[in-house]
Parts: sequence; structure tokens; C-alpha cells
Amino acid sequence: MSTPAPRKTDIGPPHYEQFLPEVIKKNYGKWKYHERPKPGVLLHVGHSGDKLWSVRAASARLMSIETLRLLADIADEFCDGHLRFTSRNNVEFLVVDESKVDPLIERLNKEGYPVGGTGPGITNIVHTQGWIHCHSAASDASGVVKSVMDELFPYYDGSKTLPAKLRIAFACCLNMCGAVHCSDIAILGVHRRAPVIKHDQLRGQCEIPSTVSACPTGAIRPTTVDGRETVEVIEEQCMFCANCYTVCPAMTLNDPVNDGLSIWVGGKVSNARSEPMFSKLAIPFLPNNPPRWPETVAAVKNIVEVYAKDARNYERVGEWIERIGWPKFFEMTEIEFTKYHIDDFKHAGETYKRSLHFRQK
Amino acid sequence: MAEKLRATPLLDELEKGPWPSFVTEMKKSAAKNPMANDQLGILEHSYRDKIGHWKHGGLVGVMGYGGGVIGRYSDLPEEYPECAEFHTIRVNQPAGWFYTSDVLRKLCDVWEKHGSGLTNMHGSTGDIILLGAKTEALEPVFSDLTEMGFDLGGSGSDVRTPSCCCGESRCEWACYDTMKFTHELTQHFQDELHRPAFPYKFKFKMAGCPNDCVASVARSDMSIIGTWRDNIQIDQKEVAAYVKNGLDIDADVTSRCPTGCIKWDGKALQIDNTNCVKCMHCINTMPKGLAPGKDRGATILLGAKAPIIGGALLASVLVPFYDMEDAEDIYELAEEIWDVWGEHGMNRERVGEFIQRIGLGNFLEQIGLEPEPEMVMHPRTNPYIFFELDEEG
Ligand code: SF4
Ligand code: SF4
Ligand code: SF4
Ligand code: SF4
Repeated sequence: MSTPAPRKTDIGPPHYEQFLPEVIKKNYGKWKYHERPKPGVLLHVGHSGDKLWSVRAASARLMSIETLRLLADIADEFCDGHLRFTSRNNVEFLVVDESKVDPLIERLNKEGYPVGGTGPGITNIVHTQGWIHCHSAASDASGVVKSVMDELFPYYDGSKTLPAKLRIAFACCLNMCGAVHCSDIAILGVHRRAPVIKHDQLRGQCEIPSTVSACPTGAIRPTTVDGRETVEVIEEQCMFCANCYTVCPAMTLNDPVNDGLSIWVGGKVSNARSEPMFSKLAIPFLPNNPPRWPETVAAVKNIVEVYAKDARNYERVGEWIERIGWPKFFEMTEIEFTKYHIDDFKHAGETYKRSLHFRQK
Repeated sequence: MAEKLRATPLLDELEKGPWPSFVTEMKKSAAKNPMANDQLGILEHSYRDKIGHWKHGGLVGVMGYGGGVIGRYSDLPEEYPECAEFHTIRVNQPAGWFYTSDVLRKLCDVWEKHGSGLTNMHGSTGDIILLGAKTEALEPVFSDLTEMGFDLGGSGSDVRTPSCCCGESRCEWACYDTMKFTHELTQHFQDELHRPAFPYKFKFKMAGCPNDCVASVARSDMSIIGTWRDNIQIDQKEVAAYVKNGLDIDADVTSRCPTGCIKWDGKALQIDNTNCVKCMHCINTMPKGLAPGKDRGATILLGAKAPIIGGALLASVLVPFYDMEDAEDIYELAEEIWDVWGEHGMNRERVGEFIQRIGLGNFLEQIGLEPEPEMVMHPRTNPYIFFELDEEG
């Protein structure tokens, strides 16, 4: 047996420079402008006159190494092996030879990784692990994302456009591993029942004081059940946040009937025109209906279509709603307004209407 | 090794339609890998009974690191023995998510040898996610990864893997070199990244301009967003060409300016730069005609987070403008913040929540920054001022 090499630690990520194509190294910090010659393609032009075509293809985010190897082969064939991923889990092929662009698009479409996602439309949905890999998921992530994107596909491949870009995000619980709280449309998994406490396991798995203090509403109290030290939950005080579950695995929240999805609208992160804003509640609950979640798909599609018809150029969903007002939003989308839409958490009062500025019905 | 695939009548529905199918991806791995095959089975099980089958936690990791691996166990180990242990490994991505086919293949080889063959490119924070390793595989994966120049990312109450937009590498709007800064920051804070010692997680995200393509204002405890201080650069000829080619400049550009500081008189574009708030809208609509100014730097914001525990927050301004000349200044600022938050923050209290609790004014005093009007939307409206007791007369 050979002696093991000394163990390397804290080396950090590899330096990005070794992965950059020549055209980027040469024009780094010296790009002049870009255009969108066709759906899914960005053309960047440097002050030097050099050109770079980035061809953007969809991915499921969850990818097998077989697919990564396929993408690597495609990159070798069309662009000297240079590719990158975007913050929304698309893959971009970095092409310097214009004659390769169309054949590359054709190839990617043929392999099932369609090209699109640029300009005023819909691109990949930022999402989380869901039932694939997370303990607190109130729904699956990948299945909902796949179902929604299948339906909204014409807004991805450029066959339909929108007044502005529309960013959708998905998170399967209130931990929100994706930035769903500032998305044009957010789909968020919610629990609706207080934790079921496994009294026989609690002492072995959790510390009682940290479990009690984990609850933001003070709904958890220490108690004794059958002579065992454990905790209880005052159900009326529970807002189903699952924070206790993260701290204590014996406080389980997953519920096949009462878990589901909620829809939020009108958030954005860019500073363009208006300031960044939070998404606000549109639909408090839709059932978990695998494998294709038809209620959720229909709800998202409805909002997209109403927005597409009524918004002005460059108006993001949130900007559109601010212009037309929330009453009109609920009227036009035919979404029911309920008591759940009215905030009752911290600073709730700041969201109550204080003026007589109403539009005509 | 050829595997007989688990039956998945429900998941099979998700192989239909134009969008790439994660089920197809899982089957590709499952055909060769028993772990991935059991993972496919357990997911079908979840689709049947509408709940997840993963248990959380369990301290697993590699020697000397407190983060980078998320322990995951299934609650159906008898039925799906191969994925009874199915840990996630977070691998720190190269800044900007650039790869060559070569390095991608090497990553695949490592993952084929030790794990399920399933990945996320990338996870929410930005890491390469290797999904599904047994406990015994963790050290060997780590050793192979470091051998090829990769390291683990963050998890738990530590610096989480910093990430950034592609910035100057491919974007004409970048106001600082996000990739260089991110790489150096990540290297600088390796210890804080691998050994959790904070009240809770701390995320850095770097965006090159106010378009904020990485959602840093919503997703990072410290958000560094490029901006400029001088005049927008105008190429009048190119602006005129946009108009000639059909751009409705009044409807789509000037009337959309949030401060009304941009005018088109039919021949030339005029910008009252003293009133421009650098929102990027006019530049976004005419990339050939307009560009950010030349006096560039960044705004540093603090405190964004998702709802858990005290409600979601957007980041707010901490340093209105920094010229990004010396990364050391930002490292020092971060360390100042960690000192105060580390000492007074409660367990699982993000820095944004901590600031809400003690007040931004007090926080500024503790980290040694002067209050500035750029930090608030407006001054306070309530008169409950905690005057200091040494103020007199
Ligand atoms: S959002 Fe919640 S359920 Fe989904 S991956 Fe994150 S922590 Fe898990
Ligand atoms: S789910 Fe949230 S509100 Fe309910 S008991 Fe647990 S921590 Fe408290
Ligand atoms: S944030 Fe700005 S600089 Fe960075 S990629 Fe987006 S538009 Fe370009
Ligand atoms: S960047 Fe925004 S604020 Fe400044 S001139 Fe352009 S549209 Fe107006």
C-alpha cells in the first residue's frame, strides 16, 4: 500500500480564471454592449470588437453525471469546452464562432435541453429540494417546477413574450432556501397543522429549553406526559413555521392532507425603476396534488395571463399591481380575498390602507 | 452495473412535456447506481403518500470541518436500504460558475466513484451540490475533491459559500470585479467558512450593478452591489439609432425614470445626473447608447433573510458608497460586525434580526460607523427617543 498523501484542507474553490475562455480573458472588464439576437442567445461585444455568443439552455437543476458529461461533450463540439451555469440553474455555452450558434441550438433542443430564457419572458424557476431530499418539505419542489414550466414553456422559448421579465421561485417550506420572498410569482410550501409530538423520542433527540425557545410565538411549553419530560404546543398560538422541527426532530409537521402550496406575487430584487420589493400573498392554500399539481399550475398561469394582457411595457408584476391597485388585482384574477390576506404578524398595521385612494370598480 | 429500475408510475408522468425532466435525470443515474435507484423509489413513495421521507440532522462531516455536509437519513431504511444514508455534499463553486468540459468530467468521475451520481448545478447558495453520499464515502470524496483543487462550501452557523454574478467577465454594466472579489473573500475567510462559530449563518452575495442578478438584496446577510457616483455615459448617436429603429423613448424610457431626471428633445438625451438614482432602467433599455459612469464602486447592504425566525427581511444600506479599492476594508467591516453580533446575538438570530432588535442606530455605534440619511427611507415618526443620559442643557 502506498502512503497516503498529506490531507489537504482549506484550499478554497479553484481560481475561476483557469476555466475562462480566451475571449473572456481578453475582454474582461472591457465589454461594450450586448444584444439579444434571438431567444436564448446573448451577444456581447467588446470595445475590442470581439464577439461572444452565450447560448442559454434549460436544465432541471437536478442533473445526473450522465447529463453533465453530455453537456461537456456538446461544449467540446461547439465551443472549445467552455460553459457556465447561471444563478437560475440554466446552462450557457460560450461560443466565439457565429456559425456554430444555430447548430448548437438545434442540438440542445434535440437533446431535450431547450434554448430560451432571455428577455421579457419566463426563465428557469429557482427552487429547492422538496421530497427529493429535505426533511421539512411541505411539498415536492421539482415536480411542481416541472409542471409549471411545461405549461409556461411558450414564455421560455420566445414564442410568447411578456411586458417585462417575470421571475418565478419555489420553496417547499418557510425556511425558503430560494429567494421566493422577492419574486414576481412565488410558490411556497406551507404546513397547516401544529407539530405532532413524539413524546417517546423527544428527550432522546432534543433539549427541552432550546425547543421551547425555538418558537417565535411562545406556543411551546414544557410538560410531563406519562411521567416523561416533554413539551406541549398551544395549538391556537401555532403559525406552522416549523422552526421547532428544525431544532427538534421529534416535533413533526409533515401532513399528507393539510400540507400544500401558497402563491405570492409582485416581488422584485432589481432596482430598475422601482425599489426592490417583497412578494405579497395572492392565494393562501392550494392542495398538494402530485404528480402534476393542476390547481397550482392553473393558478400561476392565470396570474401570468392577466398580467400579460394588462401590464405596460417594462412593468414588472409588482409595478403593475401598484399601478392598478390590489382590489383590481383580485378582481381581474378572480382570486378570492380572505382574512388570511390581512397581515397579523409584527408591524402588520403598516400594511393597512389609510387613504381614500380607490379606483373605480 | 445495470440496475432494474424501481417502478414509478406517478413520476413517469413527469417525463412528459417540453421542460427537462428531473425524473429522466434520476433514471439516468438509477440505471447505473443502486443508491440513485432507491432514491427514485423513495420519491415515488412520497408522491404516493404526499409526505417527505427524510429525517434531518445527524452530525456527519469530514475531519476538521464543521460544515459542508448535510446529514440526511431516510425514514424507510428497510424498504430503500441503498439510500438509508443519503448525505448532501456542498462543494464550493468557482466564482461566476464557469467550467471547462474537462473539469466537469473530472467532477463527474469523482461522483461516479463515491456517490449517487446525482447533482444540483447549483444549490440555492451557489455551491455545486453532490446529492446522496453514504457516511463512509465522505472522507474519500473530500480527498479526491481537494486533489483536483476543489473544497467544501459552508453549512450551519458559519460563513456560507459566497457567490456572485458574472460581473466584468461578461457584463458591460459591472461596476466592480465581482468574481475577483468573491474569490479572494472566499479564500480569506476559509476558517470562518469551514468552522461554524456564529450565532447563525452569514451569507455574502456580490452583484456588479443595481440589477442585482444574484438577488443579493433578498438573500444575503451582506450584499455588495455595484454602483457609480458620476454621470451616466451617453453615446448620443447610438441613442438616436434606438429611436430611429422604433424604440418609443418617451413611453418606455424617459417616462419610466423614477425621478424624472431624463429628457429626450427629439435630438438628444439629457440626464440631470444629480437626481439620477442609478436605477439602471434607461441603461437596460439602451445598452449600446448608455453606460454606468466611470467613478465606480459599490453599496454595502446588510441583513436580508428568509422568514425564519422573525419574518423575512430585505437588506438595508450600511455603506452608501465604497470605492472597492481595498478588499481588506470589507474584511475588517465584516469582522467588526461578527464581533458585535457574535457577542450579543442570540442563538439562531440572523444579523438582520439582531439589528432589528437592538436598533440600527445602536448597531452603527457599536461597529463604529456614522449614521447617514442614505441608510433610512425616512427618519423616525415616533417620539420615543432614548436620549443618552450624558446629554444635558
Ligand atoms: S425550503 Fe424548506 S423544505 Fe425546502 S429545501 Fe429548504 S429547508 Fe428544505
Ligand atoms: S411550528 Fe412554529 S409556531 Fe408552531 S409550535 Fe413550532 S415553532 Fe411554534
Ligand atoms: S448584476 Fe449587473 S453586472 Fe452583474 S450580471 Fe447582472 S446586470 Fe451584469
Ligand atoms: S438610471 Fe434610472 S434614475 Fe438614472 S436616469 Fe436612468 S432611468 Fe433615471
